[in-house]
Amino acid sequence: MSDPSGGPLLPAEFADLEPFARRWCLATEPARYAERLNSTMADMEAFYDAAFGRVRDAMAYLDRFPLQELSATQENLLHLVYSLIMVSLPVEVWHQPRVIDSGTAYFDRYLEPAP
Amino acid sequence: MAHAGKPAEASWTGRYPDLGTGLVSYEDSISPEFYELEREAIFKRAWLNVGRVEQLPRKGSFFTKNLDVAKTAVIIARDMDGRVRAFHNVCRHRGNKLVWENTPKHETSGVCRQFMCRYHGWRYGLDGQLKFVLQEEEFFDFDKADFPLVSVHCEVWEGFIFINLADEPSQTLPEFLGPMVRGLEGYPFHLVTERYAYKADLLSNWKIYLDAFQEYYHASVLHSQQQVPSLRSFESGFKAPYYQTDGPHRLVSTGGWKGVPRHLLPRDQMYPIEPNIEAGLMGPWQRPDIPELDPANLPAGLNPGGLDPWSISNFQIFPNFVILVYERGWYLTYQYWPTSHNTHSWEMSYYFPQSQNASERIRHELTAVISKEAGLQDAGTLDGTQMGLESRVIDRYPLSDQEITVRHLHKVTENWVQSYLRAEKAVRA
Ligand code: FES
Ligand SMILES: [Fe+2]
Repeated sequence: MSDPSGGPLLPAEFADLEPFARRWCLATEPARYAERLNSTMADMEAFYDAAFGRVRDAMAYLDRFPLQELSATQENLLHLVYSLIMVSLPVEVWHQPRVIDSGTAYFDRYLEPAP
Repeated sequence: MAHAGKPAEASWTGRYPDLGTGLVSYEDSISPEFYELEREAIFKRAWLNVGRVEQLPRKGSFFTKNLDVAKTAVIIARDMDGRVRAFHNVCRHRGNKLVWENTPKHETSGVCRQFMCRYHGWRYGLDGQLKFVLQEEEFFDFDKADFPLVSVHCEVWEGFIFINLADEPSQTLPEFLGPMVRGLEGYPFHLVTERYAYKADLLSNWKIYLDAFQEYYHASVLHSQQQVPSLRSFESGFKAPYYQTDGPHRLVSTGGWKGVPRHLLPRDQMYPIEPNIEAGLMGPWQRPDIPELDPANLPAGLNPGGLDPWSISNFQIFPNFVILVYERGWYLTYQYWPTSHNTHSWEMSYYFPQSQNASERIRHELTAVISKEAGLQDAGTLDGTQMGLESRVIDRYPLSDQEITVRHLHKVTENWVQSYLRAEKAVRA
C-alpha cells in the first residue's frame, strides 16, 4: 500500500472506507495478522462496522476486472477486504485479538497467491 | 469393576483386534531413546512426502528439503528429461552442503542447469552426474563418473513427490500406500493448485500433533466457538461417523455437524461473515465449476464409508503426511517433521482451484483464515500435552472408540520399531 502522490488509496466508489485504508490495505496475511495483534478491539470494531456492509459491493465491483490486472487502488480494495476477514473473527467469535486457547502457537504463512 | 461402556465387538476399534482396547502409553512420544529408534525404523524406511510436482514447474526446477530426523537434506529436481529426481544435498568433494541460501539451514528453490558447490566449485548436472572439477588434473586416479551425487529413491503419485531413504525400499510406493490411500487416485489434484502454505515450529513430539488432528472427539470442546453460542455442545459433543485403517494408514470421514453441511445451516446458526462472503470453515459455499470436482465424478475411494451427506475425508498417511479432502472442492495437507523427541517443524498447505475472479479469491481467503485459526487451537494444546506426558505422573491412558486413530498410530509406530529391532538382531546374530 503506497501512493506517493498522496491521492486516494481506494477506488472513488469506496471513498467512505478511505479512513481505514492507510492502516488496513496490507498485501500479506502475516502483515494483516500482525496488525490485528497490534490492535485494540475498539480499533477493529470501528473498521468492521464501517467495512462489513461494503464487502458485497467490493466483491461485485472487483469482479468486473480480471484478477491479475487490478489497478493499484483496486488491489488496495481487495487487500482491505482481506483485512476485514482478518478482523471478523476477533469481532464475531473470539472477542479478543488472539485466538482463544491458541497458547504459544504461531503459524507463518510463507506462500500465498498474489493478489 | 468394569462399568457399562462400549462393547468392543460393536466398535470401530473392535474391527481391528490387533489394536486392543486397553490403556495406552505415550512413552514413544517422550523418550529420546525411542526417538533415535524411530529415526532409523520409520523415517529411513517409509516413503515420505516432500512436496508436489507443481513446485517443479519446468526442466531444471529444484527445491531443497531439510530432514533433520534422518540427519540429512535432499535436493528434489526436475531433470532435462522432465523426470523428478532426489539426491542427498552433499558435495562429493569434501562433504559441503551443495545447495542452500543465506545459511545452510535455510531451504531454497529455483531453476538451474547445474548445481555448483560454493566451496571449490564442483558442478553437478540435474541427473546428479559430476560435470566439472576445478583443476581435475591435480587429483589422483580420478574419474568424474565415480563421483555422482548420492541419489535417493523418488517416486511421484498423483502429483505428490515421495522419497525413501532406504538403500532398497522394501515396498514400492503404490504397495506402501495400499488400496485405501490409493482410493484417492483420480481426484483432480492437478486442477486444485492455488496454494497457501504455512510453517510452524512446535513444542511437542510429532505424533502428539498428528493425534490432535486425527480425532474429532475434541472438536466440540476445543473448537466450541466454531458453533454460535446457542449450538455449543459440551454435554453431547460430536461423533465422527466413519473410520477405516489399512496397513499403517488411517482414514476418518465426517458428514457435517450433526449431519448438516455447514453451508446449509440456518443463518442464525452461522457467524455473520459466513453468509456475507459465502464461505466458511468447510470452504466456499459454492462448489467450483469444474466437472472433475463434481461428486458424481470423484473417485469412490474418497468417501469409502458412503456417507451422505459427506463433508471431509481425512487420510492419515504413515508416518507424517495427511491429505484432508473437503466436499466443497478443496483440500489441505499437513507434514510433521521431527526435530527432536519433543519438537517438530510442521507444514500446512491449503489448495483451491485457481481463482477466476476477486470473489473466489476472497472466499478462499476466508476459508484459509478460519481454518488456520482452528489449527492454532489444535496447536495450542501441544506444549501442555508434552509437559504433562513428560512428567511421567501417569504411564497409561484410556482412549475412546472415537480415538481409534490415535491408538492405531502409536501401535503402528511400535510395530515398525519392533520389526526394525528384530531385523537388526537377526543381522547381528
Ligand atoms: S566441498 Fe564441494 S567442491 Fe569442495
Ligand atoms: Fe482440531
